[in-house]
Amino acid sequence: MIPLQAMAMALVAAFALAIVLTRDLVRLALLSSLYALALVVLFLIFQAPDVALSELVVGAVAFPLVILVAVAVQRG
Amino acid sequence: MSYLPYALAVWIFVVGLYGVVTSRNFVHLVVCLAVTQSSTYVLLLAIGYVDRGTAPVFADVPTGTRAVDPVVQALTLTDIVVSVTVAALLLALAIQVQRRNGTMNPDELNELRG
Amino acid sequence: MTRQLRIGLFALSAAGLTALLLWSVAGLPAFGHYHERYGTLLKKVAVSERHTTNVVTATVFDYRGFDTLGEEFILFAAVVGVALLLREVREEGGHARRRDRLVSDPVGLVGIGFCAALLLIGLYVVAHGAITPGGGFQGGVVLAGAFALIYLAGDYRSFRALTPQPAVDFAEGLGAGGYAVIGVVSMVLGSAYLHNFGPFGTAGTLASGGSVPMLNLATAVEVTAAFVLLFTEFLQELPARSGES
Repeated sequence: MIPLQAMAMALVAAFALAIVLTRDLVRLALLSSLYALALVVLFLIFQAPDVALSELVVGAVAFPLVILVAVAVQRG
Repeated sequence: MSYLPYALAVWIFVVGLYGVVTSRNFVHLVVCLAVTQSSTYVLLLAIGYVDRGTAPVFADVPTGTRAVDPVVQALTLTDIVVSVTVAALLLALAIQVQRRNGTMNPDELNELRG
Repeated sequence: MTRQLRIGLFALSAAGLTALLLWSVAGLPAFGHYHERYGTLLKKVAVSERHTTNVVTATVFDYRGFDTLGEEFILFAAVVGVALLLREVREEGGHARRRDRLVSDPVGLVGIGFCAALLLIGLYVVAHGAITPGGGFQGGVVLAGAFALIYLAGDYRSFRALTPQPAVDFAEGLGAGGYAVIGVVSMVLGSAYLHNFGPFGTAGTLASGGSVPMLNLATAVEVTAAFVLLFTEFLQELPARSGES
């Protein structure tokens, strides 16, 4: 277990906890994108480029958009 | 130490579950559900990892090179795209709840209404 | 049941669940010492049999192609569910109510310039699925992102003008049905459903892998149409702004 793997895993664990503990919704959208980014780094370290590509496009394009629209409907 | 990735998967699962149970907003609940689902991806990829192995793509390396398991990666990559679609379906339900009941707090929606 | 009681009950059962889960993952082989039988076999034969250098794509679209058929229909069903929930009869001229023009012109210009780049990148990722990391699922979402960028850098009306509803619905059905029909073609040629057929080509070129590029294309069409439909349905739910934006 090299330090790079341990650091990536610690980042993922920290972001997962941050998502659960946050209350503000716009911050939640941003945190979910950051969590997806941490997962991409972890998947690359596990030597899975296809999975990392999948998670990257989903976490950067599709997921934040639907979350922000739901937040906007709640506020509007 | 060599079981740390599996412990990470268990941690993400339980933390996500805690988020679902104590959530005060439907959007937050759906995102926590997605976090819970991502723990299975970490578990699958951690199982398939082979020591000092490279990615199972042989475009520029010779075919006999040591590589990680391709089967778990095939399972995971379709799952990621499908999971965001299901999360969008749940958010569409949350939008309809907001439209009909005016609230997105799960604690305030206790009774079935005709 | 009050909130405190519910959380207390959860804490109790979560402790038990965590103990059980940790005990069960302790029985797995250590990290990095996986005794894979299926994976070793696939890595050995995928390049020589099917002439695809990306073993993961060969697994998704050829060796486990039937599972991908199921996943694709989950996608289809979820998007149909979203359309059923959010689609309603709209009045005429409803689209013109939204005042969402971007305030800064340079941002809009750069964004629209990136649309072309995103389209190219998406098509590249889809086409090279059998050779390098990529494929229909990843490239399809990138292509849908190019359409979303038109909304983000432009305005809602141009986004709707470029994604007419009948065309998107038809493309999604075409993708999902096309995947199932390509499997039937394999049966007509005498082998099992979704068995790989066709000229295999040379490994490392675009036309390699037999039926893998065709299934790849069908998946890309379906995933693009599904996500564009998702974005359309969600963006229609945005509250219309009245007055100055």
